[in-house]
Amino acid sequence: MVELFAQSFVNGIMIGALYGLAAIGLSLIFGVMRILNIAHGEFLMLGGYAAFWMFTLNNIDPFLGLPLVAIALFLLGAGVYKVLFSHAARLPGELKMNTSLLIAFGLSLIFPQLATAAWTGDERAITPVYSGTSFELLGVRFGYVPLAGLLVALAVTFGLRFFLSKTYFGKSVRGTTENWKAARLMGINVDRTYLLTFALGAALAGVAGILVGLTQVVMPPIGMHWTLKALIVIVLAGMGSIGGTLVAGLIIGVVEAVSHIFIGPYAIVVGLVIFLLIMMFRPQGLFGKA
Amino acid sequence: MAHNWKKLSLIGGIIVLVALVPVMTRRTDILTWFTLILIYVTLSQSWNIIGGYTGQINLGHVAFFGLGALTTRYLWLLFGLPLPVALLAGAVVAPLVALIIGVPAFRLRGIYFIIVTLVFAEILRHVAYTAIPVASVLPAELLTTYSLVPRYYLSLTVAVVAVAVVYVVSNSRLGLGMMAVREDEDAARTSGVSILRCKLSAFLISTALAGLAGGVFAYYYVGAYAGYLFEPVWTFDSVLIVFVGGAGTIIGPIIGSVFFVFLQQWLATILPGGFHLVVFGIIFILVVLFWPSGIVGGVVELRRRRRR
Repeated sequence: MVELFAQSFVNGIMIGALYGLAAIGLSLIFGVMRILNIAHGEFLMLGGYAAFWMFTLNNIDPFLGLPLVAIALFLLGAGVYKVLFSHAARLPGELKMNTSLLIAFGLSLIFPQLATAAWTGDERAITPVYSGTSFELLGVRFGYVPLAGLLVALAVTFGLRFFLSKTYFGKSVRGTTENWKAARLMGINVDRTYLLTFALGAALAGVAGILVGLTQVVMPPIGMHWTLKALIVIVLAGMGSIGGTLVAGLIIGVVEAVSHIFIGPYAIVVGLVIFLLIMMFRPQGLFGKA
Repeated sequence: MAHNWKKLSLIGGIIVLVALVPVMTRRTDILTWFTLILIYVTLSQSWNIIGGYTGQINLGHVAFFGLGALTTRYLWLLFGLPLPVALLAGAVVAPLVALIIGVPAFRLRGIYFIIVTLVFAEILRHVAYTAIPVASVLPAELLTTYSLVPRYYLSLTVAVVAVAVVYVVSNSRLGLGMMAVREDEDAARTSGVSILRCKLSAFLISTALAGLAGGVFAYYYVGAYAGYLFEPVWTFDSVLIVFVGGAGTIIGPIIGSVFFVFLQQWLATILPGGFHLVVFGIIFILVVLFWPSGIVGGVVELRRRRRR
C-alpha cells in the first residue's frame, strides 16, 4: 500500500509537471494581455503532431527537435495573433476579453477538424527507443521520459522567469502587464509586446505538446482537454501568476494521481472540486496577489 | 395599439403556418429539419438570455442541455413517468445544478464564470461517457410506432414558450437590469441594480430553458451515448446561432436557427463528415470580428441608412 502511494505520488509529480508546462503559456498570455486563449490546447495538439511527424518521417529525436517545434509554434502563434487577435486586443477591458474569448472558441472548433482532415483521427504516440524504459529507486519506478519532461518543465519555468526579469523584452512585458498605458507612454511598443507574448505562449504550448506525444497520445480532440487542465492549474496558481503555475500543476497532478487509487476514472472530478473550493475561499489563487 | 394588433396577428399567423407544416407534408427530411430548427430556437434563446442580454459568456451551456436531456430521457424511458412530468423534471434539475456553480462563480467577476462553466461542462461530459458507457436506444415497441409528428409539435410548443419567456423577461424590470449589467456593471451597481441577483436570475431562467430543450431532444432522438448530450458542439451551435442572428434580440436566434440548420444540412451533403464545423467556425469568427450585431443588427442598420 505504501508503495502504491509512493508510486502514485511520483506519477502525479511527473504528470503534474506536464500540467504546469501546459498551463504556463496560457498563464503568461492571460497575465499580460487579459486574453483567455482557450485555443491554447490546440497549439499543444499541433506541437504534438509536429514532433510526431518529425520523428516518424525524418527520424528527428523529439528532444532534439524541441527548438524546431517551439519556433514553428512561435511563428504560427504570431500569425494567428496578427490576423485574428490584434484587433480584439485593442478593445477596452470587458469587450476585449469577451471578443478574444469567442474567437479562441471558434478556433478550438476549427483546429481539431483540420487536424482530423490532415492526419486522420488515429491516436499517435512518439516512441523513440528509450520510451518506456525506467529505473527503480526504493521500490518506485521512474520513467526516463517523464523525468526528462519534469526537467523540461523546470527549465522552461526558470528560463521564463529569467527572461522576464533580466531581458529588455521581459521588462516590457512586465511593464505592459502592470499598466499598458503607462508602458506605452514610456516608449514601450505595446503591440509588439502583445504579439511576442502571444507567440511565446503558443511556443510553450507546443513544447508541452511534444511531451504529451511522448508520455501519452496525440489526437485531434485532445486540445480542449489540455486547455481545461491548464485552466484549472492557473486558477489554482492565481490568474496570471507565472511562478506558481508549475507548483499548482504539481499539486493537481499529485491529487489526481492519488485520488485515482480510490475513485478510479472519476479522479477528473477532483480537479473541478479543487477549482470550486479555490473560487469560494481563495479566488486570488495560491500564489496570486489578493 | 393598432401597431400591436398587427404585430400579434403576424406572430399568430407564423405560428399557425409552422403548426400546419406536418399537415402539408409528410416528408421526414422536412419534418426533421423543422424539428431541429425548433429545438435550436429553444436552445439558442436560452443562451441568449445569459449571453446576449446579460453579457455573461457561458461556454458550458451544453451542461444544462445535457442534464435536462438525461433527466427527461431516464425518467421517461426507465421509470416510465409521463413525458410532461419528465420534461418538467429536466427543466428543474438543470437550474438547480446551475445554482450550485452559479453562486460562487458570480461572486467573482467575468472571467471566472466563463472558466467555471467551461470546466464544469467538460467534466460532466467525461463523467457521462464513463458512468453510462452504453448508448440509450428507444425500446422496440416505441421504435415501431416512432413518428416525427408528436416530436414536431412538442418542439414547436417548447420553442413558443421559450420565445415568450425571453420576450417577457427582456421587457421586464429584470430584463432592464440584465442589460444594464451587460453594458456597464459598475454603473448598474451605482444605479441600484443588484448584480448578483440579476445574473443569477438570468442564469436560472437560461438553464431551465436549456434543460427543456434537452428534454425535447431526449424525446426526439432514437439512440445516442449519454456523453454525446454533453459534447461542446452544442454550446458552440447555440453561441453561433445567437451571434449570427443577433445577440440580445428576440428575433435574432430564430433567424439564426433557420440559417444554421439549412446551412448545416446543405454543407453536410457537399463536405466530408464533420468538416462543416470548420465552415461554421470561420463564419463565427468573421461575425464576431466584423459584424458583432449579426443579421438583425445588419437589417436595422440598412433601414436606418435608407431612412436618411
